[in-house]
Amino acid sequence: MSFLSNIFARRQQSSSVAKDRLQILLAHERGAGEAGESDLIRQLHKEIMEVIARHVAVDQDKVQIKVDRGSGCSMLEIDVEVPQQLSGKRVS
Amino acid sequence: MAKVLVVTSGKGGVGKTTSTAALGAALAQSGQNVVVVDFDVGLRNLDLVMGAERRVVFDLINVVQGDARLSQALIRDKRCETLSILPASQTRDKDALTSEGVARVMDELREKFDWVICDSPAGIERGAQLAMYHADMAVIVTNPEVSSVRDSDRIIGLLDSKTQKAEQGEKVEKHLLLTRYDPARAARKEMLSVEDVLEILSIPLLGIVPESEDVLKSSNVGAPVTLAAPTSLPARAYFEAARRLSGEKLEVSVPVEKRGFFDWLFKRDA
Ligand SMILES: Nc1ncnc2c1ncn2[C@@H]1O[C@H](COP(=O)(O)OP(=O)(O)OP(=O)(O)O)[C@@H](O)[C@H]1O
Ligand SMILES: [Mg+2]
Repeated sequence: MSFLSNIFARRQQSSSVAKDRLQILLAHERGAGEAGESDLIRQLHKEIMEVIARHVAVDQDKVQIKVDRGSGCSMLEIDVEVPQQLSGKRVS
Repeated sequence: MAKVLVVTSGKGGVGKTTSTAALGAALAQSGQNVVVVDFDVGLRNLDLVMGAERRVVFDLINVVQGDARLSQALIRDKRCETLSILPASQTRDKDALTSEGVARVMDELREKFDWVICDSPAGIERGAQLAMYHADMAVIVTNPEVSSVRDSDRIIGLLDSKTQKAEQGEKVEKHLLLTRYDPARAARKEMLSVEDVLEILSIPLLGIVPESEDVLKSSNVGAPVTLAAPTSLPARAYFEAARRLSGEKLEVSVPVEKRGFFDWLFKRDA
């Protein structure tokens, strides 16, 4: 932004950002073969939904499963919006 | 009322995906709810240009086939919360997209968003026709060179015959977006002029996007040019195009660099 940062803190070249992004992406796509990783996530998704449904009546749309694939590890984030009445009682 | 917009061209590599991302982000920054939908099944790239490639779980085909809910496949942009992407499948083939399935997804998208922007695959075959079928409006991306103009003409013909609007006796609203325009080459008359292209295709001009390294830099870092370099010439052209799509009447200008010495000094290495 500032005058000084422009001169001294040479920003990372956009091409090296591109290379890093591609390496992460391709490592996952190649490793996954045809659809390995997505199949795993889909299976997880299904089973997690089943477990949740066994205990609370939540709308399927209120369960979000997200991934963030990194170079070292990937994050699997599960976001469940629990109905009001339950969230008070059952959090223990 | 939601608007469905297809970004199409016939010819490959003219800038459809770049334009989908840039226009989507420009419209979203004006506060409207926007989803960009990748119809390029098997060769998805919109996720990469938008920087969402690490976050794809489900895709359009999963939703079309009922394996996932729409809400589970939509990825919200991290920089602009009114912008979402619906990725294409990388591994499945395009025959997995049924017309009925696509129709159902488009109806659902219309309810959730103000703009549904469909990034068409190249060509004039089924994939391109599916992407355009539900469109109310079309952005025809054209480069100022003969084969691109010819293919745009083919696509215009399809928009007038193979879309739902056409079947109902209505018209898809068509807009020409001239991209990768090089003012220096145009001045030397080495390239078709804007007037030439407009005369041949005779559809209204939405904007002129110059050939620019800012486009490449933005895709390197995974951001639409209207988010990564909002003051750059191509971004300004896309912002104006987005305003015209929203109904504003603005004169189209030919983009030329007006750089001061200090801009030059400090922008060299970005
Ligand atoms: N205004 C521009 N200036 C410089 N490069 C550009 C510009 N617009 C697009 N490009 C580059 O042209 C190439 C093709 O662009 P893009 O992927 O958007 O085209 P496309 O029409 O979606 O291609 P396809 O038909 O393969 O889907 C990319 O490398 C992109 O960075
Ligand atoms: Mg493309």
